[in-house]
Amino acid sequence: MAQLDDSAPAPAAFPAFTGGARSQRVALATAKYLALGLFSLFFLLPWAWMISTSLKNPEELSLYPPIWIPDPVRWDNYVTAFSEGALGWYLWNTVVVTVPSVCGAVLSNALIAYGFARIAWPGRDYVFALVLATLILPDFVTFIPLYLIFRDLNWLNTYAPLILPLFLGSPFFIFLLRQFFMGLPAELSDAAHVDGASEFLIFLRIILPLALPALAVVALFQFIGSWNDYFGPLIYLNDIDKYTISLGIANMESSYGFSNFAWIMAATCMSVLPIVVLFFFAQRTFIEGIALTGLKG
Amino acid sequence: MAAFPVSALRMHPRARRRLITGLLFISPWIAGFLMFRVYPFLASFYYSFTFYPVLRSPRWIGWENYRNLFDDPRFLTSLWNTSYYALGAVPLGAFFGILLAMLLNMRVRGLSAFRTFFFLPSITPVVAAALVWLWMFNPRVGIINYVLSFANVQGPAWMGDPQWAKPALILMSVWSVGSAVVIYLAALQDVPRELLEAAALDGARAIQRIRHVTLPMISPVILFNLIVSLIAAFQLFTQVHVMTDGQGSPADATLMMSIYLFQSAFLFFKMGYASAQAWILFLIIVAFTLVLFRVSGRFVYYGGR
Repeated sequence: MAQLDDSAPAPAAFPAFTGGARSQRVALATAKYLALGLFSLFFLLPWAWMISTSLKNPEELSLYPPIWIPDPVRWDNYVTAFSEGALGWYLWNTVVVTVPSVCGAVLSNALIAYGFARIAWPGRDYVFALVLATLILPDFVTFIPLYLIFRDLNWLNTYAPLILPLFLGSPFFIFLLRQFFMGLPAELSDAAHVDGASEFLIFLRIILPLALPALAVVALFQFIGSWNDYFGPLIYLNDIDKYTISLGIANMESSYGFSNFAWIMAATCMSVLPIVVLFFFAQRTFIEGIALTGLKG
Repeated sequence: MAAFPVSALRMHPRARRRLITGLLFISPWIAGFLMFRVYPFLASFYYSFTFYPVLRSPRWIGWENYRNLFDDPRFLTSLWNTSYYALGAVPLGAFFGILLAMLLNMRVRGLSAFRTFFFLPSITPVVAAALVWLWMFNPRVGIINYVLSFANVQGPAWMGDPQWAKPALILMSVWSVGSAVVIYLAALQDVPRELLEAAALDGARAIQRIRHVTLPMISPVILFNLIVSLIAAFQLFTQVHVMTDGQGSPADATLMMSIYLFQSAFLFFKMGYASAQAWILFLIIVAFTLVLFRVSGRFVYYGGR
């Protein structure tokens, strides 16, 4: 696992001993911060534009050159997003889908990964290869039969197709948690085995409490996945009042269009806000989780 | 499951007990694998050989869907558009991913702020990003052409211009390069410092150290990111569906394979035809992944193993 501690200076790709001349170091530092600054501008521009647009009057939308600070600042666009755009419903629906999805993903993947990581059963590694093989299977190959199954079950226009599959594991999370479980010392289980504890008890009492950081990564990723999902709601939901947030704001754009773009941007801001807040509260978990996914490439 | 030991009955009782416990633990996966992977996988393969207007039952027509696809100009367009996008977005993503990670890996004050700037877009809801970018690309009042006007460049109509719609999508893809940056950064931080110092003492210049030390050391991670981003690029859907109202407009310039197969299924209700498209998409993804693995033997360095 990489050290991702912000306080410790990272070992440099280009260490500063290329001569030691002071002017050269200053030049390098200037170039470095100039590049970082320019890239930051590129990455921050859409945020600034989104927030600025969300506070504009309809007339200010079509001003050229564009203005950054609206006058007056139209905070009521955010009210309009709720009253006109049914934003409240979309947010609530998304919570209704996301919360059980996160629970399902954490529970099922922990159980499954434990079965692959800490019980040596014959044939295990072949079956795990199958798990990994499904990583490459595109959703576009399976969605037509899945749609037909859910249609025949009369589950279209419900949240079941969006939630239930997550209770049966996802290959990526199984892989992630398996890595983590395998890193825990075998002695933890051995002692409990000697005491006659069942495998399930060991899982529940010993391994799960130690795995909380990894489970948090799964919970975060699934939260993002469900919150941001567009394709699933698009095919399974028909009634506008059942739409989740992504589908909802896309629908606002296509049905209200240009002249209402200010409050649509307000709704868009609100759809991003939970993700941003979550990121700031769980920054470390995020960064370490993402980094973890790449290490066993 | 061909590789599965059939001799469970003759097994040592301990091994058998472990087998049963193990299978119990993974039983949710087994159920999901059969219901949500194996069955749909085989079913869509079967449908791809049928005429299946969704309200009637499928009727076997052999290779006809596949033959028709290669005579279908819209399908060929979608094949071209998807390849164009993937071959633009994947290398560009790798380039900027590595570049930004290297910048962050130099001693940087405010590292976590920069990392946040770069990373946040990659977890932003794609629909939100698509709406904002659509607005930024607006040819008349959009901020991008406004910025270009400072350099005395008359910006194109972007999503309104068949020539510039795909470049617009590629430019937009760079914005969400952040998760790759974080992965590359973690890999760069694992490159042993002694190696870089030794190379420097031997007189290797910065560019040479990157080319002969840093890049080989992180090459497994480059391969991983290339595969992940390639698979994602071939399935590009949400941005286009939102920005073009599901049309792949203008003039089919952003008609991706995913968009056209979605139209076949849910606009034209040709489930068999759509399944054939899905299978071609799948085979392309498998082929590219295999090629990457094969080629990677030449450029990936696994720590001397």
